[in-house]
Amino acid sequence: MNLTYTPAQQAFRAEVRDWLACHVPAKRLASFDDSRDGFEAHRTWERTLHAGQWGMVTWPVQYGGRNVDLISWLIFEEEYYRANAPARVNQNGIFLLGPTLMEFGTAEQKARFLPAMAAGDEIWSQAWSEPQAGSDLAAVRSSAMREGDHYVLNGHKIWSTRAVYADWAFGLFRTELGSERHRGLSLILFPLTAPGVRISPIARLDGKPVFAEIFLNDVRVPVDQRLGAEGQGWAVCMATAGFERGLMLRSPARYQVAAERLVDLYRRHGDPNDDVTRIAVHRSWMDAQAYALSIYATASRLSAGGTIGAESSTNKIFWSELDIALHQTALAILGPRAELLPSAPTAHRDGDWLEDFIFALAGPIYAGANEIQRNIIAERMLGLPR
Amino acid sequence: MHFAFSSEQLMAAEVTTQLLQAHCTPALLRQLLARDAAREDSRWQALSEMGLMGVLIPTDAGGLGLNETDFVLLAEAGGYAALPEPLVEHAGVAAPLLAQVQPGHPLLTAMASGTSTLAIGHPINPFVADADTATALLLVHGDTLHLVRRDQTHITRQPSIDPFRRLYQVDWRASDCTRLDGAGPSDALLDQALNRGALFAAAQCLGLAQRSVHLAVAYARERQQFGKPIGSYQAIKHLLATAQVKIEFARPVVYAAAAELATHAPHAAMRVSHAKLAACEAAELATRTAIQVHGAMGYSWEADVHFFLKRSLALHAAWGSPAFHRGRIAHHIDGQPLGPDHTFYNGTGHV
Repeated sequence: MNLTYTPAQQAFRAEVRDWLACHVPAKRLASFDDSRDGFEAHRTWERTLHAGQWGMVTWPVQYGGRNVDLISWLIFEEEYYRANAPARVNQNGIFLLGPTLMEFGTAEQKARFLPAMAAGDEIWSQAWSEPQAGSDLAAVRSSAMREGDHYVLNGHKIWSTRAVYADWAFGLFRTELGSERHRGLSLILFPLTAPGVRISPIARLDGKPVFAEIFLNDVRVPVDQRLGAEGQGWAVCMATAGFERGLMLRSPARYQVAAERLVDLYRRHGDPNDDVTRIAVHRSWMDAQAYALSIYATASRLSAGGTIGAESSTNKIFWSELDIALHQTALAILGPRAELLPSAPTAHRDGDWLEDFIFALAGPIYAGANEIQRNIIAERMLGLPR
Repeated sequence: MHFAFSSEQLMAAEVTTQLLQAHCTPALLRQLLARDAAREDSRWQALSEMGLMGVLIPTDAGGLGLNETDFVLLAEAGGYAALPEPLVEHAGVAAPLLAQVQPGHPLLTAMASGTSTLAIGHPINPFVADADTATALLLVHGDTLHLVRRDQTHITRQPSIDPFRRLYQVDWRASDCTRLDGAGPSDALLDQALNRGALFAAAQCLGLAQRSVHLAVAYARERQQFGKPIGSYQAIKHLLATAQVKIEFARPVVYAAAAELATHAPHAAMRVSHAKLAACEAAELATRTAIQVHGAMGYSWEADVHFFLKRSLALHAAWGSPAFHRGRIAHHIDGQPLGPDHTFYNGTGHV
């Protein structure tokens, strides 16, 4: 047990901090979900990161990384959120598909996809859910039928985050005709620009087109764009979900920085007689700390050769509920001004609390609804019967 | 940076857990009650023979000379078993306090071997736990520490809802003979004792929370309603999963608090308070959930879950109420840098 950083880790932090101080854009970039311009501005930022070799620090050097351990990755994320650097437009790629490629990809696939991903040249979207397959993901019907050295994709994917502007998508397809449930599925990578792909944006509850439907009509993709063995897509997918829920998707630093800002907001605008809100502020700070400690413990375990299991489901529940509570508390502090859009003439200029609250509302739903996570905890961690 | 226990620490916890699985079953707890006995001597002896009493006592005085990181999992194991004997107060709090004040005190050797038990009357607690079975009591008068023989006190039992909790009001007279002269001002030592007490109470809460979930899971797998085990229903699954989430995010806080107390990190007191709050909440939720999952059986004397509920209730305000610990968190938030680069203390010194 050693809860101090090594001199090398401290030096790494200093290097990240210095670089970000020089490179993070002074003006906040336009949202990558609102417009092509905003999306491309974020791509440009990804290229800047890549040029500094900061695209994905845990990756091997040959793929654009620095080959550092998970503790250093956490340090990078802490500095990244402290610096208020732009959101990662390619998070589906670098945090989800990337680690999956690293584990299941062939040497050719890694060389083909990882550098372009780290560089921001190819930005990824997910294509998992279907109209009839949400929480019950194993009910997917979209198919990829083999024709020689190609698969022919047909079907209808939905709730694909970032698909409106992204370049590529990865998703689950049925490669065995007549197969059911978890069998006969494969994970296929396909360009969203391929002939036969049609994207139809879906507006989020505040009207922003953050996700999309993907219609696939005889889309031909080479067989070497299948990740993992044919028919093993479910296992590959669950590994991706493990990364997503377990470690990479939501850095603790994200909540720690938000909690720090919440404390500051309360100092400036809170009612000193309002004990309930003060306690809620402190609880958010403590919960963000607890999440960070938990992730440091997980990273330490993984570094020592351990694995991530069903406990990743507890993470997803914890951060998604923390995120909502934290932003609800911020809105309570802002009082009657909380509801004002940034465009309102007398809007407060105290941060994007409303926008972030709207985003937090999705947390208990995406990456596997929290009810599904509770089933996983109950069945796989606690051993309750199905 | 390595936030994990050593294999030796995990092994010691495993052995302790196994010993308590054999020597501290709910059936044995009920026998102890039926006999109206203060403690089970054979169990105390078994724990002593493992060396647990001397974990925080210096090697010169016959102990193992280890630290809070080594003891925290043992306290958790005690909570998991709802251990009635004062392992935590004696070995986790009183022993290291006496060792700090007088490292060569002759009582320490007898404490390390378990033949003498030391109770502690800390000002944060209104009563002294297990005063009746103690050889001596560590007590506070004004700003001085005193070591008082049990027969020099008059004690009055304050019955608790937890039948294994033996709380006493202690009347005694401070004198030059009882005063412990030794290192440092007593308030700093008492703060450290409070931190150990709160930390190990938190660890016990983790243990009894996890035990409550395990008891409820075992019951929900067996108990059939509507033709199926009740554990197959999502209503039951989600109750228990929610309790487990609480436990999972209290645990690393408790473990970090142990490591930071051991290394005297400046924010250790804050972390201990966070640990106490989080673990108490986990225990409250898990014990109430366990009772709910057991249904009417859970509200009966016959089911074992009430032992854990009562211990949770007892530890809730022991070693500092939630308000006390929230106050220490507030103090930290008001006065210290908070960002993600300040999760850990970056000074020197580590175990």
